[in-house]
Amino acid sequence: MKLSFEKSVKGRRGVRVAQSDVPTSTHLRKEFLRDKDAQLPELSELDVVRHFTELSRRNFGVDTNFYPLGSCTMKYNPKVCERIAAYPGFAHLHPLLPQLRGGGMLTQGALQVLHDMDILLREICGMAAFTMQPMAGAHGELTGIMMMAAYHHDKGNKKSVILAPDSAHGTNPASAAIAGYTVKTVPSDAEGDISLRALKEMLNDEVAGIMLTCPNTLGLFNPHVREICDLIHSVDGLAYYDGANLNAIVGKVRPGDLGFDIVHLNLHKTFATPHGGGGPGAGPVGVVKKLVDYLPVSTVVKREDGTFALDYNKPKSIGYIAPFYGNFGIILRAYVYILMAGREGLERVAENAVLNANYIKEKLKPWYDIEHGQLCKHECVFSATRQAKNGVHALDIAKGLIDAGYHPPTMYFPLIVKEALMIEPTECESKETLDAFIAAMIAIAEKARTNPEELKAAPKTTPIGRLDETKAAREMNIAKLS
Amino acid sequence: MMIDPKARYMKSHEWAKHQSGNIFTVGLTAYAIEQLGDIVYMELPEAGKKIDREGSFGVIESVKSASDMYAPLGGTVREANTEVRDNPDMLKKDAYETGWLIKIEASSPAEFDGLMDAAAYQKYLETEA
Amino acid sequence: MPFIANTDEQRAAMLAEIGLTTEGLFADVPAALRCGGLNLPEGISEQEVRDKLAGIAAKNYTHLTGFLGGGFYDHFIPSAVYATLSRSEFYTAYTPYQPETSQGTLQAIYEFQSLICRLTEMEASNASMYDGGTALYEAIMMALRITQRNKIIIDDSVNPIYRVMIHSYTRNLKIDLTETNNHEGLANRDAILKAMDKNTAAVILQNPNFFGCIDDFTDIAEAAHAKGVLLIVSCYPISLGVLKTPGAMGADIVTGEGQSLGLPMSFGGPYLGFMATLKKHVRNLPGRIVGETTDANGKRGFVLTLQTREQHIRRDKATSNICSNEALCALAATVYLTLLGKEGLKETAQLCADKASYAYQRLTAIPGVTPRFRDNWVFNEMVLDLPCDAADVVGKLIEKGFAAGFPLSRYYRGMDNSILIAVTEKRTKQQIGMLAEELEAIL
Repeated sequence: MKLSFEKSVKGRRGVRVAQSDVPTSTHLRKEFLRDKDAQLPELSELDVVRHFTELSRRNFGVDTNFYPLGSCTMKYNPKVCERIAAYPGFAHLHPLLPQLRGGGMLTQGALQVLHDMDILLREICGMAAFTMQPMAGAHGELTGIMMMAAYHHDKGNKKSVILAPDSAHGTNPASAAIAGYTVKTVPSDAEGDISLRALKEMLNDEVAGIMLTCPNTLGLFNPHVREICDLIHSVDGLAYYDGANLNAIVGKVRPGDLGFDIVHLNLHKTFATPHGGGGPGAGPVGVVKKLVDYLPVSTVVKREDGTFALDYNKPKSIGYIAPFYGNFGIILRAYVYILMAGREGLERVAENAVLNANYIKEKLKPWYDIEHGQLCKHECVFSATRQAKNGVHALDIAKGLIDAGYHPPTMYFPLIVKEALMIEPTECESKETLDAFIAAMIAIAEKARTNPEELKAAPKTTPIGRLDETKAAREMNIAKLS
Repeated sequence: MMIDPKARYMKSHEWAKHQSGNIFTVGLTAYAIEQLGDIVYMELPEAGKKIDREGSFGVIESVKSASDMYAPLGGTVREANTEVRDNPDMLKKDAYETGWLIKIEASSPAEFDGLMDAAAYQKYLETEA
Repeated sequence: MPFIANTDEQRAAMLAEIGLTTEGLFADVPAALRCGGLNLPEGISEQEVRDKLAGIAAKNYTHLTGFLGGGFYDHFIPSAVYATLSRSEFYTAYTPYQPETSQGTLQAIYEFQSLICRLTEMEASNASMYDGGTALYEAIMMALRITQRNKIIIDDSVNPIYRVMIHSYTRNLKIDLTETNNHEGLANRDAILKAMDKNTAAVILQNPNFFGCIDDFTDIAEAAHAKGVLLIVSCYPISLGVLKTPGAMGADIVTGEGQSLGLPMSFGGPYLGFMATLKKHVRNLPGRIVGETTDANGKRGFVLTLQTREQHIRRDKATSNICSNEALCALAATVYLTLLGKEGLKETAQLCADKASYAYQRLTAIPGVTPRFRDNWVFNEMVLDLPCDAADVVGKLIEKGFAAGFPLSRYYRGMDNSILIAVTEKRTKQQIGMLAEELEAIL
């Protein structure tokens, strides 16, 4: 398919700019102007709409295909959330308005959403307070680690190490490192949980905290999680909960009750906001009481008269991590989702997510190897080792699934599982969809035995075949400059 | 050639060979290169850089992995093989002669004797696989 | 709940097939760790939630005539932007890890990267950052990696909202952050040159700067490069429809807030950070990058490339911890720029400048109102000095139906009477005239 630039026709227009009702500026002196116009495409409105519509048809999305991408929680995104986010009362609100004298009263609705969401998330996570500002999960991690640093600094603790298990998302070590910490990796034990023995050996006064995902990236709930938090607390460390997998236990278990001190949530996972092909997300961070003072500036408070205000007076705060109040449009969508789900709905989310994952796990066990085949939570991690002996790798299975009309599972993650295929069906999917997917996975397992070449040539049904990634990395053609 | 009998080895799959005086050539083993797949990028040190034994002297990247490369001997880098850096496919053809990566002037040449010999590396590969 | 498909009967059948009970699904969670239910309200229907949220939205006053900017602007958004963005193949997709099922997103990002390069006259762009502020922070981290130095010079004509963010992000790191005070509204050349030393990694400037003033940093770029210092420029993309580009000035890294490119103001987000650089620095860029390649049949396609920079491979040695970016916002910007095209962007930028110029004349004609930086040229935003406290005046103008501007006392000492006023193409001559009349009446 052609690039927009390649469709450009000189002189064609996609918009008519409003007619000017004022004289031409005297301020744009020639020495400040660009030499040549920005080389943007010249297309009609129909050209543009057709171009992007055609592009959209070259994508799989939750609305078009089952999308069991492990750890990414690709659940259905309710349409009403999109509609409400587009209400002019929200979409047209300038973020500086509440910072004007008297302007706070003009944004009471938006402040109420932020405040109510804080209250809801406190209850869901068992935390004392939340900041809505982090703009994605990884941004929440960084915010959390910065608060950890502020806490230790305040207490005069000299600590330089953050622990994370070898099954952790890559963002955990990356976030800790850019916040200035040394990251030490704790190995997993035979059960797939973080090794308690190794953890105890690594524990000392230098440890500022630990970052854990629970259930972890193998989809396993660690029954010793409370003990781990206690161990970390014994050296005045803080326990960080990576909320990427909260979907598995929402309404059933609260990170705060497990002993965690800091929690980030990925609203685009548990709370059904769309992922947009890579964002925007939102990563609110909750903390226990002893860390509330370190939350970023500003926070929303409710006054005695029931009105809402922004509180900037936070002397111990880590400061400003976002320009304003976070990805408000995303927070709003998640707020709508939580209101609709309610107390019971959220519990059903966890139950159905876990049921669907275990159903797939049990049904596929005879066909694919699984190192940790015990009861799982929201996802299960198979290993294509059996198929690999026949030359069919996790990648080939993934591509075979595309031809069967499914978005593939997460491949080659977590790193501790060879030939990993990480499947997360989510609670939204029906038994019919799961059964059809299971049948497709079984057919692929059969094909891996009988006709591996066909899988190695997959996919055949997509606009392009497997792409040469080596060529992409070597040639580095990352922009069409002219 | 999978293993060069003249070279000595590290568990992290770097080799070293004595060139002359205190100068040693250092590279990656054919096994490691095969494991990496297509190499897309390499970072090698400038001449004159001091490196500790087992310290990282560069990075080698395939599409999906990036690995540090560790120095079998400590010392000063005398030369880096820019030809290989710019044409990483050369490594696939010959890991031990034209595919050397750096020349290092060892501060303690005796460190060479502490490395695995070809037979020991062969055995190590068998147990690792 | 309507977002769960299975019926009780189906659930029972599934549980029976795998030999479990509903309770058994959580058998691995010790009883002491369970919360025993949440204290939340019962769920509600779509009809109820729409009514409730319409009520909440109505408490927000969006009918004020807006002259607020500060880096975040009320620009016109053509309908085709939202229409294409609403294609759920785009918005219900994940990060394009599987290129065969994601060519739509991948090609759109490649086009976004190309558009950003063309707009800024730089050579390479990433797939987006969270916002203009975090993009600027990432640019600093990138400059530290490239130069292996630890001092950053930032002029206070750079958006103060970004400067306070940068202070927060760098306070635990061993970074010497030196702030220079603007010289009559422009980057303070003397102070910057004086501060530049052999430890300096980068100088950070903004154009048009926070006061709306237009500058040309070519001289600073030359001086910086002579000392091995990088120039980072934060810019306002609409202005690049007409203004000299950071690339032409010699910038090494360019960042900016892309909200003005087709995104609603949405009370502060989601927005769009963009980041461009020179090809030689690409391996130090944070975030995702899409590259062109071919399949086995030689057909063109796009993939995420140079991923070894990123956290999922390099973990604690990654160039950044960023994972989710603002892909859908980048798509909005891509559609917006494609739709406006070469002439449309230029005309929009010109129109902003024209209306601002008109507002400048009208407002400075009011007795007691003077331009703060008389000798400078502005794009679409300006600082005016009032004869009294600006925050008071803005408060009074809210009652008259205007969000008249941003009082600068919040961020700048000695500017209690100064107001920052932005004018976009959406403001009419009549609205500007009414603002002038109301302001004059209050003063």
